[in-house]
Amino acid sequence: MARVVFDHVYKRFGDTEAVADLDIDIEDKEFLVFVGPSGCGKSTSLRMLAGLEEISEGRIIIGDRVVNNVPPKDRDIAMVFQSYALYPHMTVYDNIAFGLRLRKTPKQIIDERVKETSDSLGIGHLLDRRPRQLSGGQRQRVAVARAIVREPAVFLMDEPLSNLDAKLRVEARAFISKLHQRLGTTFIYVTHDQIEAMTMGTRIAVLNAGRLQQIDSPTNLYNYPANKFVAGFIGSPSMNFFDAMLKESGGRMTVDLGFTELEIPADRTDRYRDHVGSRVTFGLRPEDIHHPDFPPQGVIPQMVMADVDVIELMGNEKIVYLKNDDIVYLARMDPRSDVRVGLETGTLFNMANVHLFDEQTGETL
Amino acid sequence: MPRLMRRLPLHFLLIAICLVWIMPTTGLLVSSFRPASAVATSGWWTAFQSPMDFTLENYEQVLSRRNMDISFLNSLMITIPATVLPIMLAAYAAFAFAWMRFPGRDVLFTLVVGLLIVPLQMTLVPLLKLFNALGISGTFLAIWLAHTGFGLPFAIYLLRNFFAQLPREMFEAASLDGASAFTLFYRLTLPTSMPAIASLAIFQFMWVWNDLLAALIFLGGRRAVAPMTVTISNLVSSQGEGWQLLTSAAFISMLLPLAIYFSMQRYFVNGILTGSIKG
Repeated sequence: MARVVFDHVYKRFGDTEAVADLDIDIEDKEFLVFVGPSGCGKSTSLRMLAGLEEISEGRIIIGDRVVNNVPPKDRDIAMVFQSYALYPHMTVYDNIAFGLRLRKTPKQIIDERVKETSDSLGIGHLLDRRPRQLSGGQRQRVAVARAIVREPAVFLMDEPLSNLDAKLRVEARAFISKLHQRLGTTFIYVTHDQIEAMTMGTRIAVLNAGRLQQIDSPTNLYNYPANKFVAGFIGSPSMNFFDAMLKESGGRMTVDLGFTELEIPADRTDRYRDHVGSRVTFGLRPEDIHHPDFPPQGVIPQMVMADVDVIELMGNEKIVYLKNDDIVYLARMDPRSDVRVGLETGTLFNMANVHLFDEQTGETL
Repeated sequence: MPRLMRRLPLHFLLIAICLVWIMPTTGLLVSSFRPASAVATSGWWTAFQSPMDFTLENYEQVLSRRNMDISFLNSLMITIPATVLPIMLAAYAAFAFAWMRFPGRDVLFTLVVGLLIVPLQMTLVPLLKLFNALGISGTFLAIWLAHTGFGLPFAIYLLRNFFAQLPREMFEAASLDGASAFTLFYRLTLPTSMPAIASLAIFQFMWVWNDLLAALIFLGGRRAVAPMTVTISNLVSSQGEGWQLLTSAAFISMLLPLAIYFSMQRYFVNGILTGSIKG
């Protein structure tokens, strides 16, 4: 049981800053997910926390201890690696027992804990096998078993699902979420997959180019992204962005996309007033563009005509690539929507969920 | 069928190469079972024409009368420590070079690799002087040290490159599990490096077992310490034309390396690492 603090942490490799000014307070029992594109510093942050990477500047605190100079084994943490990193010459039992043996745990207790842990993960029947005799999913569970058997205060996972196939990955997601509920330990999880982040995290820290972009609950990240990067990274397919001009005349505030002009809902006009007359980035998620025949409730619709470029039928929905003056954007429409490639269609933009970003800084207005 | 036809020339070539390689050894083997008079007058390939005339006399002579038993034990006394010692030392050094961070590591490693090109002959005189000064010349200790020194650069080089390819995450996982550097070495590095260590052991064993030069120089050919190579080479000079004895002696000396090679062969099979990483 421990809270974890990154206190203005930096990591430099020569001249490059892999992590810059990371400042996060992770509560006890939280499931925090670091998410971002490759090279954003998320793995480096986790490795600094684990003690596998030195900290260039700042402090990392686990529980009430500054651990900057504490060796990995004394940090009371356990980690699951992307590659699982099992000990290939040892049986599953020995893999799981390895850490306990090194800590001079009595034999009988080791035996109990290994059996209990492996049974709870459904690998109790595999204890005599070696890693090479296991499937990917089984190896992943052995790696998890090896980590939890020590009952660490903090549990780290570095892209543990990325080597699994799609079906196993969905199962493993639920399995890890349940594990977190059962153990009640602080989990810190690194992934590049925003779906993993959204489904598992109690809070998500979005990183880009070594800097923390935003840290918040999944819902808040989705609904109130702090900047254009977060808006584009969270959600799939990702948010549509348009270069636009914010205008106001005759008491109506509008945003001019070039091919159309959309009215900003009255309850938002105060927020944007300072930016009238300047260029902005207009963002709208594909799920906020509807077919006129199937408008959901509670939307503030505005009709926009568009050409249909490509249609991807997913079964439960249609991903429609729309086109206006060479600007392509996506809509996520009801599967019954009558759209045809090459023909013009009407679409409804839901203005209740528009996002405006500063064109220069990308910050949310 | 066409596939077989296309492969046929390749197979013939391989068989031909095998024959060329096996031929001298076969000749040696056949000669070792022929009487001295036959060896002196006709080629070994005529041995299978009637009347066939084979004998164990060469083996009997070599084993009983030529001191071969003591030499065999001497060879073991020399070879086993001179194989174990350098590999043990090299494994420690290679682990440090591969996985521990310390200042000057790369320079030091370059130096060690550089030692690979130093010819053994250059070191003979200074080493002998040193051993004389220490008063260990002519003892097993001298030859152990010499072979250890000669073997170390290659052993370190080979093992470091093998260790460096072991998955980093395996070591990191073990460090988190509480492993010290010694545990990483003994419990992870050594067991997962058996293929490399086994091949190195065979190289070093063969090299020391077959060595005549270093043995002559550092041991001095005294009967009490002479290994088989020295005793065998003495067969000719002391017997004049008795080179049929050389054949059987060579075979006796070849037996042990062959046995070792076959018994350790399974370590050459790849795949010991399979299962640690993704897979």
